Parts: sequence; C-alpha cells; structure tokens
Amino acid sequence: MMATKKASAGKTGRTATTATKPAVGPKAKVTKDQLLTYFRDMLLIRRFEEKAGQLYGMGLIAGFCHLYIGQEAVVVGVQAALEEGDQVITGYRDHGHMLACGMDPNGVMAELTGRAGGYSKGKGGSMHMFSREKQFFGGHGIVGAQVSIGTGLGFSNLYKNNGKICATYFGDGAANQGQVYESFNMAKLWNLPVLYIIENNQYAMGTSVKRASSETHLHKRGASFGIPGREVDGMDVIAVREAAAEARKHAAEGNGPFILEMKTYRYRGHSMSDPAKYRTREEVDDIRSHHDPIEGVKKWIAEGKHASEEDLKKIDKEIKEIVNASADFSKESPEPDPSELYTDVLVES
Amino acid sequence: MPIEVLMPALSPTMEEGTLAKWLVKEGDTVSSGDVIAEIETDKATMEVEAVEEGKVGKLLVEEGTEGVKVNSPIALLLEEGEDKGDLENYEPEGASPPPSSSDDADTSPASGGGKDSAEPVSSPVHGGGGRAAAGGGNDPEIPEGTDMVPTTVRDALRDAMAEEMRRDETVFVMGEEVAEYQGAYKVTRNLLQEFGSKRVVDTPITEHGFAGLGVGAAFGGLKPIVEFMTFNFAMQAIDHIINSAAKTLYMSGGQMGCPMVFRGPNGAASRVGAQHSQDYSAWYAQVPGLKVIAPWDAADAKGLLKAAIRDPNPVVFLEHELMYGETFDVPDMEDWVLPIGKAKIRRTGSDVTITAHSRMVGFALKAAEELAEQGIEAEVIDLRTLRPLDTDTIIESVKKTNRIVCAEEGWGQHGVGAEIAARVVAEAFDYLDAPPARVFQKDVPLPYAANLEALSLPGKDDIVKAAKEVCYEG
Ligand SMILES: Cc1ncc(C[n+]2csc(CCOP(=O)(O)OP(=O)(O)O)c2C)c(N)n1
Ligand SMILES: [Mg+2]
Repeated sequence: MMATKKASAGKTGRTATTATKPAVGPKAKVTKDQLLTYFRDMLLIRRFEEKAGQLYGMGLIAGFCHLYIGQEAVVVGVQAALEEGDQVITGYRDHGHMLACGMDPNGVMAELTGRAGGYSKGKGGSMHMFSREKQFFGGHGIVGAQVSIGTGLGFSNLYKNNGKICATYFGDGAANQGQVYESFNMAKLWNLPVLYIIENNQYAMGTSVKRASSETHLHKRGASFGIPGREVDGMDVIAVREAAAEARKHAAEGNGPFILEMKTYRYRGHSMSDPAKYRTREEVDDIRSHHDPIEGVKKWIAEGKHASEEDLKKIDKEIKEIVNASADFSKESPEPDPSELYTDVLVES
Repeated sequence: MPIEVLMPALSPTMEEGTLAKWLVKEGDTVSSGDVIAEIETDKATMEVEAVEEGKVGKLLVEEGTEGVKVNSPIALLLEEGEDKGDLENYEPEGASPPPSSSDDADTSPASGGGKDSAEPVSSPVHGGGGRAAAGGGNDPEIPEGTDMVPTTVRDALRDAMAEEMRRDETVFVMGEEVAEYQGAYKVTRNLLQEFGSKRVVDTPITEHGFAGLGVGAAFGGLKPIVEFMTFNFAMQAIDHIINSAAKTLYMSGGQMGCPMVFRGPNGAASRVGAQHSQDYSAWYAQVPGLKVIAPWDAADAKGLLKAAIRDPNPVVFLEHELMYGETFDVPDMEDWVLPIGKAKIRRTGSDVTITAHSRMVGFALKAAEELAEQGIEAEVIDLRTLRPLDTDTIIESVKKTNRIVCAEEGWGQHGVGAEIAARVVAEAFDYLDAPPARVFQKDVPLPYAANLEALSLPGKDDIVKAAKEVCYEG
C-alpha cells in the first residue's frame, strides 16, 4: 500500500531487556541504546505532529485533528514493554500510537490528507486508521468505544491462549463512559489479558478531571471490580516502561486486567480549532519547561554522556527528513479513485 | 533559504484572519512550540506556535493587519547558519490556496462548520422573502411593521432556550461542554452567565447516563433540555431516548409523561468521517412516542425549539452543524412559537413538489431556481417536523403538481423519502404522472477523502436531476 518504507521510522526494541550499562538519571536500569531509541521514537511523534498541525493550517488536513504533543512518553514507554503480537487500540488521538506500533509515517500522513496512499485509502481520516499487520486496531471516534473492543481483543487472546495482551488506551474523559465499567467487570470476571492505560492529560476538551470525575484518582476506578491499578508519571518514559512491563506480566500470566493511570499533559488544544481558554498559558509553559518527556530523556543522555548535542541534532535532522518525506508523500499521493466510494462496505463473498 | 511562517487556518473554512499581535520580534530565537503571534477570527483569538526552530529574520505582516489570507507568509525564520544576508535571496512564492474539497459548493459539505468548537460561516442574510412564501403552515401572523432581525441559527436556538428558561423555572440545559466552554458549537453561549450552574449543567462524557438522568428528571417534574455534542454520540443514549423517554407514557397507561428535549447537531459536518457524520432523521422519526423536529432557517429553529420545550412529550430536535452560522431574518416578537407538525411551503410551483428538511431545504430552493430557468416551476415543502409528518400539505401539493421528489441528506433505504413516497402513492396514486423520486446519500458510510465525501452527499444537482426525470425532461 505505501510507496516507501522508512526503516528508521518504526519501533524496534520491543521487550525491556536487562540493562548492561546503567545510565545516570532514571531510576530503572536502562541502556544507552534504549535511551537513544526512546528519544528517537518520541521525537518522531513530536515532529510528525508538528507537521500535521502545519498541514492542517495549510488546509491539507481537514475535519478533526487531535495532536499527541506532550504525551509521547506514554505510548513509547508502553510499547517498549509490549511483546510482538500484543494488540494496541486507542481513541481518536491516535497518530502517536500508530507511529509507535511501527506503522509507516507516509501511510499515516496520507490518511490525514485523505489520499489513496493512506492506511485506510483516505476513507477513514485522522480518527479512523488501522493496521492488522502491526496489530493496531484503531483509531476510534466514539469516546470510550475502544475500551470494550480492547477488552474483546483480550478475550480473543485468552480464547486462543496465545499469551498476548491488548493495550487499551483511553482518556480521562473517556474513563467516565459506562461501557468502561461494563468492560472492567467482564475483564476481571474472566481474567482477560487486558492492559488498560488511562492517558490522564487532565482535560477532556474543556473539562478538567476534577469537574467531571467524583474520584479523580482514575487508577482506583477498578477497585470495586478487583482490578489493581497504579498511577504513573506519564512524562517519564522509563517509569512508564517499567510500570507497563509489570502490568503486562500480570495480565499475561492469567491474573486478569491491570489499570495504569498515566499522568500526562497535552500541549495543544483538544483539536486544531480549540482556543483552549480553559487553562492558562503559564500552566502549559510550566509543564513544557519542567516536565517535557523528550527533554527529560535528552538530559539523561547528556548526563550519561551517551551522545553529544551534535549526535542528537543529527537524529533530529534524520527524523525531520522522514517527516518531510511523509508530508510530501501525503501531498503527492492521489485522491482515492471514485470507484473506492463503494468498496469495503461489506466483504464480497 | 529562510523558512516561511505561513498564516495558518484554524478551521477548515477559515480563509483570512487578523494578525492581532506579534509575541516575538526580529532577532528572537524560537523553537517549535513557542507562541509567536496571536491571530483573531470572528469567533476566537488563537495562538500561533512556531513549528520550526530558528531566528526570526523578518516579520512580513504588521501587527493589527486585518484580512491576512490563509497560507500567505507572515514571517521569515532563519535556520542555523543563516543570517540577515539570506533574507535578500528570499522571494515570496505567492500563497498557494489549499486544495478545496470541491468547487461546487452545492454538492460539497465544505461550506461551513468548525469542528469541536464552532466556527461560524459568514454568509449573507438569506432572503427575507423566505417568510413571505405561501403556506406558512399555521404559523402565527407576523404583525405589520414587526422588525425582522438577522440572526444566525446558532443564536436563534440560544434565544429560544433563554426565553423558555426565563419563562419556566423547571427548564434546564444539560450536556457536555454546555456551560463553562459555552457549548462545543457555542449554541449555549451566555446561558451559564444568565442562569447559573444549577440550570446550565456540564456533564461528564456519559451520554447514556445523562440521557437517562434527564428522563428521570422529567419524570420528577423538571423540563430537561439534553444537548448531545452531536447526534452521533446520542447513539450511546438511544436506549433511553426510545425505551425510557418514548415508551413510558404508553406503558404507564398515560401516567408518566416525559416532557423533555433531546437536541444537538445531526447529519454530516465537514470532513469528519463516518463515525461523526450520520443523519438520524429516519431513525427517530420511526418511533411512536417521540416528536421529531428538523428545522432549516433561524425563525423555525427558534419558534420550534420553544414549542418543543413547552411540549409535554419527549422531542428529538435535530439541528445541523453546517447551518449554525447561517443568518436568516427572525421576527422580533414577544413570543415566537411555531406549531409542531406543520410543514411550510417555501416556494410555490405547479410542476413538481420537492420535499426536504434541515440543510437540504437550502439545496431544494437553489434547485428550484435552476429548474425555473429551465421552465420547470417547483414547489418546495420544508417538512420542519418529521413526526408527526404533515402528510396533508404534501398530498395537497402533489394533487396540484402530480410529481414529487423527496430529498434528504441521509441514507435512502427505509428513509424519510421512502416514507413520503409510500404515503403519496397510497393517498394520491391517481394524481401521479410519474413514480415518486428520491434523493439521498450514497449507500456507504461517509468517507473522509474530500472527493469521496463530495460524491457521497446529495445536493442541488441531484435534486435538479431527479426533478427533471419526474418531469420527463431528464
Ligand atoms: C461518545 C462521544 N461523546 C462525545 C464525543 C466528543 N468528544 C471527542 S473527544 C472528547 C473529549 C475526550 O477527552 P479524553 O477522554 O480526556 O481524551 P483526550 O482528548 O484528552 O485525549 C469529546 C467529548 C465523542 N467523540 N464521542
Ligand atoms: Mg483527556
């Protein structure tokens, strides 16, 4: 489907391997290669999103476009703890998840512009993208829907007894949907291998968690079902990885679901047209300058003398090239053929 | 080459804006994410963030400049290693316009609508002649000399709610982002300020829960207006709308009335994909125990929403995001309330009847103009209420024109047009000179791609074509 594959674009290093040489900084053991990989993977997401925002500003991307900037450590950290064959599912703020799953930036960007080279042939758009090959099950526009579906993917794993788990991401706002709790109950009742990852970025559109949730510690939301939960610093990629690895193990070993509440933050508005008047510029600036996940890793890299400023700039440059290439691809890829209007409605049999 | 910073579009429909303020000056270093400027649209002030790193080489547009075209360069950034000298090599390329989804505004939905937050469509006031058309469907008389106030559909809906809330203490509004955010599409703007948080209630994202809660509150003697951010999300709540709100009066032998309104935008917005673009007209219109309203212009939006709030039954009130920013005349009257269940003849004609509701009415009127140029006089009926359906007005019209085209935005199978066609065949078979024709969305989920979306949605041209076919002039 995609014209080019950029080897460097995808995620590699899946399992958290035992560190050979501990780096300075993060509490857990982490190797130089891992740090550089996480840096790279997070930066790819950030640069990709910045470019998507730019293309939106140019009218090349339309409709809704929800950027993931600020939350990169969550998906990169979790992905580092997953194993080959584990599934991933999320809502509409999904570009980062797709890149972390190793999906091709070209195909993702071309879907954002609604072109034939996109993952859904241009028919899905920003919120609705999938890759069976990469075990990425969407991309869902209805808040909360992915939670039940992710639970069902977990059900299929248990049914097949394949040892895989489903990483099911949802927001702090989504955490209030009724189907989340219907799913929690079934997941624990049947001990399904599901990792529930609540990306608590503190706002659901213009509503802060405390204005929408009676219990704001969202990791406790599984308590009445007997599902363990944990709060994690979602701006710290290593903390995320460590928590996810443990939770994954719990779920994969037949103990049922686990809830991880990732405390994170989105830098941009809810979508491109949100003036974000419900929070102050200072609040955003404070997080950006003191808790940025990419800057954090950069600091550890510097402290451990794993790479020079120059080396990191080189990586940034490579990533920019990948992202620019994806933007070019997304402009050059043709619109879908009109005949595509009627395909894929039902499986032809 | 210096990097151009372009005037960004903040919504799919924004074409220009005011560069209100520069937050950087020439010589400053910026990195991506830094706020460099503020720009204003007629709706909001937004911050522009740098997307590249560099030093601000030159500000090309002065602070306070209005009408800056989207995609035109507003500043130049110098990359590492570049200096002022590089600015001399800079030649503006001329703003390239974004590829538009379709040149034919009539078949494309691209003519309006912001997204999560509303972006009004600036458009001329629709003809004041609208109200003068024949067959006001029992509308109240507008006294001579009444002021006609140009009003957006958005504000007309808000005014209706505000007036009813002033009149009746038990009326309250509830939904996602209705209060502090002032409405995802700004329909509830200023209601919180006037009525306070007891009566303008922000809910969590729990459609099924708050729809049911609304039903309970109605049973308990209140008159809830439940806003769905869009009707796509009301699918989470449709069980309560139908099983709890619509059926309980009957099941309780007439004891448990449910006086409430479920309202919000319905149908396709602009480029938001299949899960956010469905027309539920036919779904709700099928259910006994509900009333279903789908207005087109601002006067109807106001008069019918007021009627819906006063009605002792559950009313599903289907708005349209792409109509919110459209301006129409609304009579400045003490209490503008319209009858539910009455269609309105928007244009009289003798050759073919066209029925439509919501946004399709505009396309039907445009189609009628085009048909008139070709010698076909169409009578355009704005259904306004889908349940109860004003069959009499339609049958009367068909007896005169002997032909009918039923247009709707949603899917055709088991649709509103199918129902109308069946009634016309049953009640006016002998008057028909041609089989009823229908215009509807292509039988696929709505695609995101601009070209496919335009192909999916019905518009003026489809109505013209269908009308000519039933007149045997196609
Ligand atoms: C069922 C449903 N209701 C409402 C919406 C509109 N909506 C889209 S995103 C959103 C906020 C969700 O916030 P959260 O779950 O915190 O995720 P975030 O956007 O912060 O990533 C809302 C209300 C929707 N898409 N689906
Ligand atoms: Mg959130």
